[in-house]
Amino acid sequence: MKRETAIAAAVKALPADIPVIACNGHISRSLYSIEDRPGSFYMIGSMGLSPSIALGITLAKPQQKVAVFDGDGNVLMNMGGLASVAARRPKHFFHFCFDNGQHASTGGQKTISGKVALEKVAEAAGYVWTGRAGSEGEIGPLVAEMLRQEGPAFLLIKVETGGLPEGTARVDLTPEQMTERMRAVLSKS
Amino acid sequence: MSKTSVKGQDFFVRLRQHGYNFFTGVPCSLLEGLYPTLESQREVPYVSAVREDDAVAQAAGAYLAGARPVVLMQNSGLGNSLNAIISLNQIYKMPFLLLITWRGFEGKDAPEHLVMGEALPGILESIHMPYDVLDPQRLDAQLAATVKDMEAGRPTALIVKKGVIA
Repeated sequence: MKRETAIAAAVKALPADIPVIACNGHISRSLYSIEDRPGSFYMIGSMGLSPSIALGITLAKPQQKVAVFDGDGNVLMNMGGLASVAARRPKHFFHFCFDNGQHASTGGQKTISGKVALEKVAEAAGYVWTGRAGSEGEIGPLVAEMLRQEGPAFLLIKVETGGLPEGTARVDLTPEQMTERMRAVLSKS
Repeated sequence: MSKTSVKGQDFFVRLRQHGYNFFTGVPCSLLEGLYPTLESQREVPYVSAVREDDAVAQAAGAYLAGARPVVLMQNSGLGNSLNAIISLNQIYKMPFLLLITWRGFEGKDAPEHLVMGEALPGILESIHMPYDVLDPQRLDAQLAATVKDMEAGRPTALIVKKGVIA
C-alpha cells in the first residue's frame, strides 16, 4: 500500500473535528495535499516531537480528542515520548504511525523499524490498544476500533517505500498561521 | 522572603499570579525547593517529562490549548532541547517560560557542568531568547517582563542560580 493511500484512508476514517498533529517530512506534505483541515497542524522541524505536542494539548484540555500522524523515523527518534503519553493516559489519543522503513524525505535511507516493531514498543510503554494494518481495507475497521478506546491507542500502518507523488503541494501556511488556527480550533472545542 | 532567596511555595504562588498554569520539565537539584509544591498541588498540571525536548513540545501543545506554560530544566538540558526550542517554539510562536538552572556558574561545579556553565548566556543570546537571572528582589518585575514576552509569542528564560529558590 502506498503511503498516500494509507493517509487518505486514515483521514477518511477520522472524524473532521479531531485535530491532527502531523510529523515533519513527507507525512505532513501528504496530509496537506490529500485534505487540509483547520485542525491539521504540520510540524516542520522538531523531529520526533509530534506526540509530545499532542500530549500537551490533552494535558491542558483533558477531554480534547487528538490524533497524531507519525512516521517510523519520528517514533524512533523520541521513543521516550511513547512513555510520556502512556504514563499520562490521555483519554482520547489516537496515534498513527505510517511506517515505510525509511527516511523518505532525505533520500530513502533505511530506518531500523524493520527490526523493531513499534506498535509493540507502544504496547510495552502502556498504550491501552495497539494494532497493525498492512492493507487499505483493514484501516477503516481498525480506526473505528481505535476511536472506541478510552486511553492512548497506537495504530501502525505498514506502507511502501517511495517519495512523494508528482504534484504534491508544499505546505503554504506559515508556522505562525498554523499556531493561530489551531488555537482558534481548540478554543472552540 | 529573604533578599537573596525565595521559597519554592512563594515562587509558585507568584508564577500563578502571573497566569502561569502548566508546568513540565526535567528536575535539577537547584530547583529542588519548588518540587514539593509542584508535585503536591492539584490546581494545574505538572508533568515529569522524559527529556527536555519532550517538555518544550508539551509546552507547545499546552499553549495551543490556551495555557501559559513553564518548562523547568537544568542547563545541561538546553543541549537536548535546543532544536525543539528553535524549530518549534520560536518559529511557530509558541511561547513558554523557561526556568533554567545555572550549573557550572563561575566554573565552580562538577566537570560535566563547566562548559555549559560558561556557555549558557551566550547560547541564549545567539538564539535571540530573552533572559534574565532570577533575582528575588525584583521577582514581580521579572515575571511581568516574562508575561510581555509570552504575549508577544516569544519563549523567554529566567536563569536560576544555586540557592535562589529555597
